[in-house]
Amino acid sequence: MTTPSPVMRDQSGFVIELEQFSGPLDLLLHLIHEEEVDITDLPISKIADQFLAVIGDLGLNQAADYLEMAARLLRIKAQMLLPRRLGDDEWEDPRAELVRRLLEYQQIRELVDWLARAAAVRAERFGRGYEAPPADAPPAPLQIDLNDLLGAAERVIALIPEPMLHRVVPRPLDVESATAKIHALLAERDTFGWSDVVGPGATIVDVLSAFIALLELAKRGTLSLAQPEPFAPMVIRRESPREAA
Amino acid sequence: MSPLAKLLEAALFAASRPLTLEELASLEPESGAAALRAALGELRAAYGDDHGVELAEIAEGWQFLTRRDFAEAIDRAQFALRPRRLSPAALETLAIIAYRQPVGRVEVDEIRGVDSGAVIDKLLERGLVEVVTRGEGLGRPLLYGTTPQFLEILGLKDLEELPRLEELSVALRPPTPAEEPE
Repeated sequence: MTTPSPVMRDQSGFVIELEQFSGPLDLLLHLIHEEEVDITDLPISKIADQFLAVIGDLGLNQAADYLEMAARLLRIKAQMLLPRRLGDDEWEDPRAELVRRLLEYQQIRELVDWLARAAAVRAERFGRGYEAPPADAPPAPLQIDLNDLLGAAERVIALIPEPMLHRVVPRPLDVESATAKIHALLAERDTFGWSDVVGPGATIVDVLSAFIALLELAKRGTLSLAQPEPFAPMVIRRESPREAA
Repeated sequence: MSPLAKLLEAALFAASRPLTLEELASLEPESGAAALRAALGELRAAYGDDHGVELAEIAEGWQFLTRRDFAEAIDRAQFALRPRRLSPAALETLAIIAYRQPVGRVEVDEIRGVDSGAVIDKLLERGLVEVVTRGEGLGRPLLYGTTPQFLEILGLKDLEELPRLEELSVALRPPTPAEEPE
C-alpha cells in the first residue's frame, strides 16, 4: 500500500464495501445508531466486539485506520475492566476522548448532509455555458509565417556539424603465427617475458594475437603465466617437458 | 430599465461565472456604488417570476442562473451538464476545511479518523480549496481554506450562509481552554 488511505483498488471486493463508510469513525457511528445505544454512555465492550466483527467481515481489517481504531477500542475496553473505587473523583472515563471525537465527527456528518443538499440544489441551476479563458492562461500560440519557419529550420540545420565518417577495417587476429612464435621461444628457454613475445613495434593486433595465444597455451598446460606484482612484466614459464620435447 | 441596469444585464449575460461588485463597478466606474446597487436591484426585479432565468447572488458575486423548475427538462435533453457530485469523503474534508480554516492536513486527518492527503489533493485540483498560509510549528505545515469556487458549487453567497455550529443538532463547541473556577 503506497498511501495510508484505505482505498486499495487492487483488492477486489474491498472498494465496494468501503463506499459504505468513509472511515472508522463513520463505521463506529453506524454501529452506535444501529444498536440504538447512548453515545455518551457507550457500551464499549459490545461496540468493540461488533467493530471487530464487521471489519473482519468486510476485509477492512487490512486498512491501518480501521486497525488503529480497533486497537483503541480494545484498550478502552481493558481500561473499563480495571477496578475502581466508588465515588472516585480522580477517575477519568477512558471513553471520554472517543466520545468527544465521535460527537465531533457526527457534527461533521451533519454538515456533510447540509453541504450535499446545497450542492444538489445548486446543480439544478445552470449558468451560462460559455467558458471564458482563465486570466492566467498560457500565452496564445505563436504567430509565424512559412518563410520564418523555413529560415529558422535552415539556421538549425547549418549548426549541425558534418558527419564524422569512420571506416571500420577488418583486421583479423593472427593467433596461429603468435602461437608458432611462442612455441619457438619455449623451445629455446624455460622462461621469458612478455616483451620477448610481442617485440618493440607491436601493433594492437599483434598484442591481442599474442595474448590470446598465451591464454590458449596456458589453458592447454603448455606454459604458465605469472605476474609477481600488479603492473609488473608478465613472466612466461614452460610448463610441460613433453611439449618441449 | 435604466441604462446602467441594461449594461449590467449585458455583462452578466456574457460572463460564465459570478461577477463581483468590484468587477461590475469597473464597467462604468463613474456610476458609484449606490447606483450600482440600485441597478442590480432593478435588474433582479426585472427577472422576476416572468423569466426562465434569475439573477442570483452567489460566490460573493452575481450571476444569471436558470430556475430550478427547468432543471429536469434541461438535464434530460442534455443541453447542459450537471456538475459531478462530490464523494462523502470530499464533502467531509470540505466541511472541516470550511469551518476550521485555515487548517492543516493533520487536523483534518484527526477529525475524520482517516488519512485525507489524497482527498485534499483532489479538492485542490478542483479549485475548491487552496493553500492560504503556513502554520507555526514543525515543518510549517500548509494550511488550507475554501475558495470562491467552493461557494459557487454550493450556491452560497458567502461563508456566513453556512449553518452555524450551534444550529446543528449535535452542538459541539470547541473545547474551552480553561475550566470555569467553581
